[in-house]
Amino acid sequence: MSTTTATHHDDHGDHGHPTGIMRWVASTNHKDIGTLYLWFSFFMFLFAGAMALGIRAELFQPGLQFLEPEQFNRLTTLHGLIMIFGAIMPAFVGFANWMVPMMIGAPDMAFPRLNNMSFWLLIPAALLLIGSIFVPGGAIAGGWTMYPPLSIQQGMAMDMTIFAIHILGISSIVGSINIITTILNLRAPGMGLMKMPLFIWTWLITAFLLIASMPILAGAITMMLTDRHFGTSFFDAAGGGDPVLFQHVFWFFGHPEVYIMILPAFGIVSTIIPAFARKPLFGYASMVYATSAIALLSFVVWAHHMFTTGMPVAGQLFFMYSTMLISIPTGVKVFNWIATMWRGSMTFETPMLFSIAFVFLFTLGGFSGLVLAILPVDIQLQDTYYVVAHFHYVLFSGAAMSIMAGVYYWLPKWTGHMYDETLGKWHFWLTTIAFNITFFPMHFTGLAGMPRRVPDYALQFAEFNMISSLGAFALGISQLLFLYVVIKCIRGGEKAAANPWEGAEGLEWTVPSPAPFHTFETPPTVK
Amino acid sequence: MNKRTILSLGAAFLSLFTINSHADYALNLKTPATEIASQIYDLHMLILWVCVAIFIVVFGLMFYSIVKHRKSVGHKAAQFHEHHWLEIIWTIIPVVILVVMAYPATKTILAMKDTAAADMSIKITGYQWKWGYDYLDQNVKFISTLSTPQDQIHNKEEKGENYLLEVDNPMVVPVGQKVRLLITAADVIHAWWIPEFGVKQDAIPGFMKEAWIRVEKPGTYRGQCAELCGKEHGYMPIVVEAMEQADYDAWVVAQQDASAAASAGADKEWAQDDLITAGKAVYEKNCSVCHGATGAGIPPAFPAMTGSAVVTGPIETHLDMILNGKNIMPAWKAVLNDVDIAAVIAYERNALGNSTGDSIQPSAVKAAR
Repeated sequence: MSTTTATHHDDHGDHGHPTGIMRWVASTNHKDIGTLYLWFSFFMFLFAGAMALGIRAELFQPGLQFLEPEQFNRLTTLHGLIMIFGAIMPAFVGFANWMVPMMIGAPDMAFPRLNNMSFWLLIPAALLLIGSIFVPGGAIAGGWTMYPPLSIQQGMAMDMTIFAIHILGISSIVGSINIITTILNLRAPGMGLMKMPLFIWTWLITAFLLIASMPILAGAITMMLTDRHFGTSFFDAAGGGDPVLFQHVFWFFGHPEVYIMILPAFGIVSTIIPAFARKPLFGYASMVYATSAIALLSFVVWAHHMFTTGMPVAGQLFFMYSTMLISIPTGVKVFNWIATMWRGSMTFETPMLFSIAFVFLFTLGGFSGLVLAILPVDIQLQDTYYVVAHFHYVLFSGAAMSIMAGVYYWLPKWTGHMYDETLGKWHFWLTTIAFNITFFPMHFTGLAGMPRRVPDYALQFAEFNMISSLGAFALGISQLLFLYVVIKCIRGGEKAAANPWEGAEGLEWTVPSPAPFHTFETPPTVK
Repeated sequence: MNKRTILSLGAAFLSLFTINSHADYALNLKTPATEIASQIYDLHMLILWVCVAIFIVVFGLMFYSIVKHRKSVGHKAAQFHEHHWLEIIWTIIPVVILVVMAYPATKTILAMKDTAAADMSIKITGYQWKWGYDYLDQNVKFISTLSTPQDQIHNKEEKGENYLLEVDNPMVVPVGQKVRLLITAADVIHAWWIPEFGVKQDAIPGFMKEAWIRVEKPGTYRGQCAELCGKEHGYMPIVVEAMEQADYDAWVVAQQDASAAASAGADKEWAQDDLITAGKAVYEKNCSVCHGATGAGIPPAFPAMTGSAVVTGPIETHLDMILNGKNIMPAWKAVLNDVDIAAVIAYERNALGNSTGDSIQPSAVKAAR
């Protein structure tokens, strides 16, 4: 026991934590776990992106060239599931792990061991999802939304997917409890709620959304599981059930989920724009209220995903009005970002470029969202490429590009080196241009009547699909440059100062770069 | 990169736009053919222009700021971070815009939902992967499937003008009549959609949903299934022919005659070879999409016909499977007539590498229903 006593008195910096692979497997350090989350999500991003390239290759020309229809459906399904649950969500949790303790002056997350568990749960879930490709019958092909009865028809891959989502849900809930507890209990003295950085606010609200919505999804897929194997008929009209019930329950989770993937993005962009405009964030309080309003509204708009199911007219009107309301707090946010830039002293490093592109392109996604909110117009556009364009404008140029902005912004803090600014700008321009070449034409194909989730299409859609496919390959290849820039930055480069950005504010910039393994063991005081 | 390379790259890019140039690309919603679709078209144009106006104002300001308020031109940062009146105004203006949008949208929704006082009703059933039409008052009933040849889909021959948007038996409606559509499905959720009509209604198994159309002009209108329904989701188009009343009446009579002839065929005695010959066409139209043109299937989801225990076993089991289905295998009794079922049984048992030598008469199928 003497050794235990001895290590106990050691300096905290090297109290004998494991090295090598065990450093990561057994880690309870928020920075290491954050790193794990970020790398995991990046590989999932490349993996699901490669699937998207399979989709775009098949859609390059009309007719069937590379894939059978069922394989095509598997690709669209897995692309969606993995991008949402494997890439976007874990990336934001990675940011939360790295940045929440450093931004609020806490030594670590509130529950370090739970933190380890919530990351390592992702691995079996990912193995189940990816492994389902190789079981008899292949991966599920019923779309990421898994509507029954089609999903009842799927093979054993469906059960593996259900199990994977259960595990992911546990991971998310555990992670959210950790984040909420950390934010509410471990803030540095003097940091009142209304003094928290906006990124902390958005994650606090996101964590509540996760806790409220993930169990709903778990319920929906459990009912599906019992329908498949245990003779229940929740979703089978022949046994007194209703297939549309699944859609209601699914979207009661699914719409908050949309905001789970965009609120932290708002937080990142609200951190970066003031830094590079050298001017405080405009309307901090209204940003907090708008974020809360969006979160509350997100629970009463779900059926706008189901306008074509044939709801009663009262339901249709309610969900149309509530959906239109969401544009008000969202609009407030966009106005605030532009007012923050207004009369600033802006410079345009890569994080700022990505953030401005976020404001511009996310707003385009907001406009198409407003178009889709108008129910009669949605009837025409539901399940067409217009919807595909819409959600890629909010999920790629919204969520994914905010993640890129955040990575460039905090890389100097994480690695202690400056990234290559020239290559970063190349990555930005290639991504932004290729993204628009890929997804802008989809507005036109959707308006003209091309349904989504089809492996083949009528000849009138050929030109725009070819353009989209060329853009998609450029977009995919550009992300390898991102990987290169990040690796190059980890391996070396110009030494980064504690605060490498002239206008950046916040506690994370008061510690050295790279951030030491343990930070804020003694809480700082916020004035 | 020299000038010539740039030019040739440009030419290659432009040539992309000329491939398949016989089908023109479109940028907007299709030209409406009903009053509701016209209202939707106008609503879309209204919201689009509202968005364009907001876009110009908001991003005009943003790009002005990006050009003028940058450090490199020596702009010094102001330090303001609140302005209550501004924040109140830019909250209220969107509210006003939304109310202005909600009013006409609400009127259209109420009109779309009003299926009362219809002149006639058609029941539409979605199947994996075809549409069934049942004219409830005229006793006319048929199945509509994709008529684009497989060779076009697999790039073995030139694609036709209406590639993937053509069917064997289109739905037919008279112009100027209010037609109530009763939409349902037999297996999974489909969605019946004709863009020119402004109707997209999910077809939900076990539930009957309503929509209505009043087509203004004669013509052919094409749409597709709009809800993912399995592997052939992209291959179940919807075609509606709108005709003058007189033409429509003649079409109804022709359909009734054809159906009478078919039911007469069910009562006569068929030679086995005739059944096998007729069965080949039925098989290729209905069965080959899952079980393969050669009977190889796509195991394990879609079993092979060749050597199958059901196909080579007792004929009653075989008949029961086709009539009532099992799991993914649909029930065909509502889709195929007695002759078709007897024929396809004969074909499956005596072709596709099988040779049981037996068959079943249409009259026996009728009795087994």
